[in-house]
Amino acid sequence: MKARVLVVDDDPALAEMLTIVLRGEGFDTAVVADGARALPALRELKPDIVLLDLMLPGMNGIDVCKAIRAESGVPIVMLTAKSDTVDIVLGLESGADDYVVKPFKPKELVARIRTRLRRTESEPAEVLAIGDLAIDVPGHEVTREGQAIQLTPLEFDLLVALARKPRQVFTREVLLEQVWGYRHAADTRLVNVHVQRLRSKVEKDPEHPEVVLTVRGVGYKAGPP
Amino acid sequence: MRVDPRPVTRWVQEAPALVRERWQQASELWRRSLQLRVVVSTLALSSAVVFVLGMVLQSQITDQMLNSKMTAATAQIKASVTAVQHQLVGVSPGPDSLSTRFNAALNSLTSSGSPNIDGSSAGAFEPILADARTIDAAGNVTATAHYGDIPDDLKRFVQNDEIATRIHTVSRDGVPTTMLMVGAQVPSANHPVQLYLLFPLTAEQHTTEVVQNTLIVAGIVLLLLLAGITNLVTRQVVRPVRQAAEVAERFADGKLDDRMTVVGEDDVARLAESYNEMAESIQAQIRQLEEFGLLQRRFTSDVSHELRTPLTTVRMAADVLHASREQFPAGLARSTELLVDELDRFEALLGDLLEISRLDAGVDELAADLVDVRGVVERAVAAVGPVAASSGSVVETYVPDAEVPAEIDARRVERVLRNLLNNAVDHGEGLPVRVRVAADENAVAIVVRDFGVGLREGEAELVFNRFWRADPSRNRRTGGTGLGLAISVEDARLHGGWLEAWGERGKGACFRLTLPRRQGQELADSPLPLPPEDEPPVRELEDAEVSPLIVAEIEADAEVEEIAWQPAESVALDEPMVLGEPAGEPAVTWELAGAGADSSPALESGVIGHDPELDGVPNTPPPSPFPSRASESRLYPLPPKADSQPSTASRASTLDAGPGQADPGASEPAAPTASESTFANSKSAGEAR
Repeated sequence: MKARVLVVDDDPALAEMLTIVLRGEGFDTAVVADGARALPALRELKPDIVLLDLMLPGMNGIDVCKAIRAESGVPIVMLTAKSDTVDIVLGLESGADDYVVKPFKPKELVARIRTRLRRTESEPAEVLAIGDLAIDVPGHEVTREGQAIQLTPLEFDLLVALARKPRQVFTREVLLEQVWGYRHAADTRLVNVHVQRLRSKVEKDPEHPEVVLTVRGVGYKAGPP
Repeated sequence: MRVDPRPVTRWVQEAPALVRERWQQASELWRRSLQLRVVVSTLALSSAVVFVLGMVLQSQITDQMLNSKMTAATAQIKASVTAVQHQLVGVSPGPDSLSTRFNAALNSLTSSGSPNIDGSSAGAFEPILADARTIDAAGNVTATAHYGDIPDDLKRFVQNDEIATRIHTVSRDGVPTTMLMVGAQVPSANHPVQLYLLFPLTAEQHTTEVVQNTLIVAGIVLLLLLAGITNLVTRQVVRPVRQAAEVAERFADGKLDDRMTVVGEDDVARLAESYNEMAESIQAQIRQLEEFGLLQRRFTSDVSHELRTPLTTVRMAADVLHASREQFPAGLARSTELLVDELDRFEALLGDLLEISRLDAGVDELAADLVDVRGVVERAVAAVGPVAASSGSVVETYVPDAEVPAEIDARRVERVLRNLLNNAVDHGEGLPVRVRVAADENAVAIVVRDFGVGLREGEAELVFNRFWRADPSRNRRTGGTGLGLAISVEDARLHGGWLEAWGERGKGACFRLTLPRRQGQELADSPLPLPPEDEPPVRELEDAEVSPLIVAEIEADAEVEEIAWQPAESVALDEPMVLGEPAGEPAVTWELAGAGADSSPALESGVIGHDPELDGVPNTPPPSPFPSRASESRLYPLPPKADSQPSTASRASTLDAGPGQADPGASEPAAPTASESTFANSKSAGEAR
């Protein structure tokens, strides 16, 4: 089945070009030009991934991102013309999984999309433990004492990456490669922001993490089971 | 026993320094404190006034006392003369009887007192009688006791029948006593005798002393009070002035909202008011300027942002074209490649513009983290690897064996290093580029050294300027935007570090990045020296023998010529297919003429004039290349790069006026290599994408 991409962008030329490129790469695409119509389209079309422009008429991209995240874990890749720290961090904090800065190269965008969709590929049946959590990898489920914790696919991937090698310390660069698919060192803020988001969901006390531990000056590692 | 003279010598040596230091401190205080100056000068002036006043007062009092004493004494002597006169009636001359009579007279004078004398006014006295004419056997004047105490001039006056007074100090019981002496002649039967009255001035002296002491004490108290008052009054004036100075200092430090407090309506209040008005207007001006600056930066940032969306579309379209360039005819395929390449440059420029506008706006934050600097250096070196390989440079890295942890923003530092390395490779003439890392307790230094053309004098300061280029005619491999070093400097500054450059013509250039190991630390010095102590590798010796400047110029021109030839080659490959012409030679002529006409007559005449092959070509004579060329170029668009490079070439050759053109043979053999490498570069870049 072809993966379906929902493009939320107000620039018709860019939207059309995106459609051409993505169709060429074997994706189905739908375009929404207005932030306010993004959510109904999401419900109706059930896309596999959302490409979201941050500068939108109608409804701000950040708000759209939050609204989508509130009801769906669908991967969101932001298209942003701003590379200002604040805007990217804001976007990531409001729930985007990854971002591409305009002007991007089509291959770069496609690579980002494919990485986000990768999880649907078959995974070996395994159950991992991290901290006091149990992770059912094929079932895509994280539980603490039987209680399920809702994670987005990206947060899930991050947690699984850490849990697979419990004693290893992961540098941000390694995590960027494993979870986001960046082969060259990219923006480590991606890792920082998503670790924060993950902690806010899985930690009992995010101020004193027990599941995702920081190793100062190096990176992160899994808490002992 | 020998005494070590050194401590003394040292003291002698140090003492002047110490004195000078104190003196400097004092004079500094004197210069800086208005209050001190006012107090001290008030004190000096008023003590002079008090002194003069005191003196006048004292002399007045003394004079008054002495005058009344003298008046009383004169009255006393007149009365005494009358009294003594009665006693001495009928005295016969002869010393013995005379002195007996004298004593009797004096006794009556002292014991009974004189009848009409107001004793209290003149006080006690010692009477002395003498007869200057009667001289006894021993040769002495006949007189009563203490006659010797009387000074001679007084005696003379009295003997001349005058009433005279004298103040004289004599010894009484071993104590010096000041006396008021009054003398008068007593007319007697035979000849006059002299009567002297000696009034001790002890009481008067005592009074004077008391007055003097009182005056001194009063003067000192007055002076102290004056000093206090002056101090107080001065402070009233000085304090608001000092406050104004403080407020002004804070204002200068950027606290534009600070104002002076206005109390009352006096001069100080007026000062405060006008100061505040001034501050207000300056603040308004600054705000306005800030707003302008902000608007300008916003504009730059907005323009960059707004450009990005269409650029993204163009970029994607270009990439789609580029992906299927195999199916295009050669010219179109090459155009696509150039389009993509130039889009890369355009993007880089846009990115750098945005970066610099952000740095200018000061909105960037440092994402500092404790990282091993060696890792950052390794990544940067790895990133420039392909470019270095294509230019033949080797990047030699010298790092410490131990970890070099430092609180840095790895992304920024890597960007700075990539930039420096790209520059070094770009200008390194294929010689090794050395990267050296060193650290001490406070700082870590990274030096990037190349041994290429180097910098001219004064250029080390210019390299960090925006859009500054060392040599506009130089061939560029990395296609920098001209903003790289400007951004790097800002990045270093954001870390609280330094980025410095050194270079010498023919000896290469050296850039040193020094960063504090902890954020917020002040840098004092760098662990690595600048200029560097490296020995240059190979080749430099022969360069040093010839004038390095000329060598460099010729090399630069040689490269320029290579580029000038390059399009002819590449089009020569295309042209037969498109135009259907039989051989490469005419195409070469056509293309070259076109390039020449397009760019500059200097190049046209220079190149064509020196190439014998071109003169023999029949179908396009050099003097009139325009009509045919114009139509052809419209039909078959030339690769933009092919046009753009000759134009740089022409600029260079007009500037350098000659050596390259005079030596066309040097340029020719190199031509194919240049064209191949450029092509290969763009190809590999395309594949990497």
